[in-house]
Amino acid sequence: MAGTPMKERPLSPHLQVYRPMLTMMMSIVHRITGAGLYFGMALFVWWLFAASHSSAYFDFVQGFIGSWFGRLVLLGFTWALVHHALGGLRHLLWDTGRGFDLKLIEVLAKGNLIGSLALTLLIWIVAYMVR
Amino acid sequence: MSMRTPLGKVRGLGSARSGTEHFWHQRLTAVANVPLILFLVFFCVAHVGSSQADMTAAIANPLVALMLVFTIISITWHMRLGMQVIIEDYVHSEGTKLAALLANTFFCAAVALIGLFAVLKISFGG
Repeated sequence: MAGTPMKERPLSPHLQVYRPMLTMMMSIVHRITGAGLYFGMALFVWWLFAASHSSAYFDFVQGFIGSWFGRLVLLGFTWALVHHALGGLRHLLWDTGRGFDLKLIEVLAKGNLIGSLALTLLIWIVAYMVR
Repeated sequence: MSMRTPLGKVRGLGSARSGTEHFWHQRLTAVANVPLILFLVFFCVAHVGSSQADMTAAIANPLVALMLVFTIISITWHMRLGMQVIIEDYVHSEGTKLAALLANTFFCAAVALIGLFAVLKISFGG
């Protein structure tokens, strides 16, 4: 409670006392990718805004986004998006009360990680082929 | 011990004055985002490095503009809900938490409105 004087209470052990496990790391990465995408969307609308503004301003923004660094950021954004989406699908499965078998959880975690890398690669190859 | 009946407790949706909307909207937008992000990623990768003329020509297509509108609305709403949970998990001081929650809403609203304005302006021929 705010303003109520209280003795220091003992704290329950936090993350550092646990041995890192794949499922736990996946949970943390799900949150980190979510936070990263949050700021990545600002870049996306900056890019859209520039397109609506003027040719000169768009060239300035595209100069950043189209550079090797910008493309690296976009590659990272793609992976984060796919990883977060696959992680979200796992959560939707768990929401139905299914998929809590320990072996299956491990398989889903690995599938999420491998799937996100494979899909990111596939998306970039396809997008570069059709452009 | 509470003197209130179980029915009395749930009427008015409890002390938080909200029920399961947060959870439900998170899932609703999550489901919507699955196809929308595929479109978003393809749009981005296909137009990185292209000229303003090519980009505006693509957005001038009503289907592309509509998909962008859906994507921006669903994603920014999902962003706000997700960041709210992160803030509530890690920021414990009441004042800082309130400021962070306000900033979260302002940020997501700004991203949404700037994105929608740009898409509509281009789409309507600006």
